[in-house]
Amino acid sequence: MSRVKVALCGPPNSGKTALFNALTGGRQKVANYPGVTVERKEGVLTTPGGKNVNLLDLPGAYSLNPKTLDEKITHDVLFGSLGGETPPDLVIIVADATNLERNLSFVLEVKALNIPAILALNMMDLATHRGMRLDLKLLEKELEIPVIPTVAIKKEGTHELFLAIEHFIDTRSTQVLPKPANSKLSYVRDRFQEVDRILSKVIVTKARPTLWTDKIDKFILHPLWGSLTLFLVLGLMFQAIFNWAALPQDWIKAGVQFVKDIITHNIAAGPLCNLVVDGVLTGVGAVIVFLPQILLLFLFILFLEDSGYMSRAAFLMDRTMEKVGLHGRAFIPLLSSFACAIPGIMATRTIEHRRDRLTTILIAPLMTCSARLPIYSLLIAAFIPNTVIFGPIKLQGLVMFGLYLAGIFAALLVAYILRGVVFRGDCLPLLIELPTYKWPSLKNLGIGLLERAKIFIRRAGTIILALSIVLWFLASYPKPPVGATEPAIHYSYAGKVGYAIEPVLKPIGFNWKIGVALIPGFAAREVMVSALATVYAVEAKGEEVETKLGDILAKDWTLPTALSLLVWYIFACQCLATLAVARRETNSWLWPVFMLTYMTVLAYAGSFLTYHTTLKMGL
Amino acid sequence: MCKKPKTLGELNKGETGIIVKVKENYKISNRLLEMGFLEGTRVEVIHEAPITKDPIAIRVRGAIIALRRSEAQLIEIENE
Ligand SMILES: Nc1nc2c(ncn2[C@@H]2O[C@H](COP(=O)(O)OP(=O)(O)O)[C@@H](O)[C@H]2O)c(=O)[nH]1
Ligand SMILES: [Mg+2]
Repeated sequence: MSRVKVALCGPPNSGKTALFNALTGGRQKVANYPGVTVERKEGVLTTPGGKNVNLLDLPGAYSLNPKTLDEKITHDVLFGSLGGETPPDLVIIVADATNLERNLSFVLEVKALNIPAILALNMMDLATHRGMRLDLKLLEKELEIPVIPTVAIKKEGTHELFLAIEHFIDTRSTQVLPKPANSKLSYVRDRFQEVDRILSKVIVTKARPTLWTDKIDKFILHPLWGSLTLFLVLGLMFQAIFNWAALPQDWIKAGVQFVKDIITHNIAAGPLCNLVVDGVLTGVGAVIVFLPQILLLFLFILFLEDSGYMSRAAFLMDRTMEKVGLHGRAFIPLLSSFACAIPGIMATRTIEHRRDRLTTILIAPLMTCSARLPIYSLLIAAFIPNTVIFGPIKLQGLVMFGLYLAGIFAALLVAYILRGVVFRGDCLPLLIELPTYKWPSLKNLGIGLLERAKIFIRRAGTIILALSIVLWFLASYPKPPVGATEPAIHYSYAGKVGYAIEPVLKPIGFNWKIGVALIPGFAAREVMVSALATVYAVEAKGEEVETKLGDILAKDWTLPTALSLLVWYIFACQCLATLAVARRETNSWLWPVFMLTYMTVLAYAGSFLTYHTTLKMGL
Repeated sequence: MCKKPKTLGELNKGETGIIVKVKENYKISNRLLEMGFLEGTRVEVIHEAPITKDPIAIRVRGAIIALRRSEAQLIEIENE
């Protein structure tokens, strides 16, 4: 007989994830449901009697009458109507004991399906603390399913749950087919009447209202202080990804360099050494260098979600984001994209609705990420005079600011157009619960972080690594002939492509050398600087490269060319990792290809306009 | 005289009411009921988003639910 399959389901914030971690010890496999972007999390639990059971963590649902993709998955899995997914043998319904007036309605809805069920009455610590007393025996009798009080973050009640699962396995009869759900309005009303009837019987002492949440909300949702807090939180997050991540990133770079040096010194020079050092290690470096940013961002996000702040941020930002057709929750992913689009795109998971999520993913790379800074500062320093405009405001800073603004403006415009053309349809109404504030559990934060890191390395990492090796190959083969006078890249495939695309680049003012540098620069934006240094055969180390290169470029390029390249950089999708992550998150090649296409078109058009306007102006 | 019924969407922060009717035949009607907006239930507007005063946060059945005023308009209420 195949292994028993148990599914955890419940309304958002009832503690499903915490209970999943408590039952499985965090051992889990994360994938996507076939063909959709919803995360499928499965683990194995072992009962005291030594039985192994598969445990599936279903997405949160307010009801079985689905309104979001998440809820549809939960609905389909329970009904066994999702292709490739067998229906669960047993469901554990997780309900928040402090919120039974609403949660019990979902319990009744699932119970009505006639699938064997157990109720895990979670957050009992909070309920007890607030003075609530329940007659659990009576509740069991009313619901006709086992009721087990739990405190997921303290693993309380897991033993009883294990025993109940074992009991189910031992006594299980043939599988029953789920009954269709009834979502008629009158049925919903009846269900709530039933909830009230049951609660009036089983509640011995009512819970005192939580004063804490109201007190915090007075501040957090205050028109002035609330907005300021949101600003501060976001500022801190931006700061963390932008600055705090820099140090560990430097360590990683140094570490990779250290390994490279060891290998260079110990393996005979030749193609193998080059492949390992310049291909594989550079590729691996390109993957893990993003980890500090991803971990820091997700530390913030998990904390904000688990504490209950995330729903509040969506509440505060709802109107502003709605103007361009985005969901309030798109705010955090977009802001994170200023540091790096990769964690930003991964963070769109908090947006339930597919259309909203895809729009956010597609515009995230237009936000000025930190990888654009090296080329921005190189070109601005070389071509823009630092004249004083007004007081402390100087031209160079102003140009930099303009580049950021252009990115934001383009992103909002593209979102607006996408929502009007590609992802038509009205905005999903905001209708969410603001959960009571809770202090997040460190252990669950840790498990969540580990999960993100694994997903990134396994899914995106492999693609990034493979493409990095391909690009390395293009840039190093064929080898220059004996007695070559030009830098090696001239003779490589990349060099040939650079020459070949020159006619296409000419109208936007790029010479063939820029074309050559754009090829490795396609892997990652910041590589463009060192690629330019290679093409222009700059012989210098470290910081000096930029000043020397700047001098050379200032002589070789005209101002229109430099401005054109700056504009190119605002829009162009020069980041393999972003494409790889978009592929993983959307579960299709269509969207990354679409992203690459529209961004390239924007970049070309923008550069063309810039080049010709500035030429006409006689700059 | 026949007065237009008051809706939850028109309440200011701090105001309360009892739900008399949730308008049916809207895509969202069903979900409003499921979130606990049932006839006879007491509701209170406890927060408003800054500047636009929209969305609003409602205390209903012991929970706090955030929704836009446009959806709250489907909920007719009377004074307590
Ligand atoms: N005090 C307490 N907090 C809990 C309990 N279970 C979960 N939490 C917290 O409640 C919040 C939401 O839990 P989570 O598992 O993410 O809910 P989900 O949305 O259903 O997956 C987190 O901050 C958890 O740490 C519990 O039994 N007691
Ligand atoms: Mg969860």
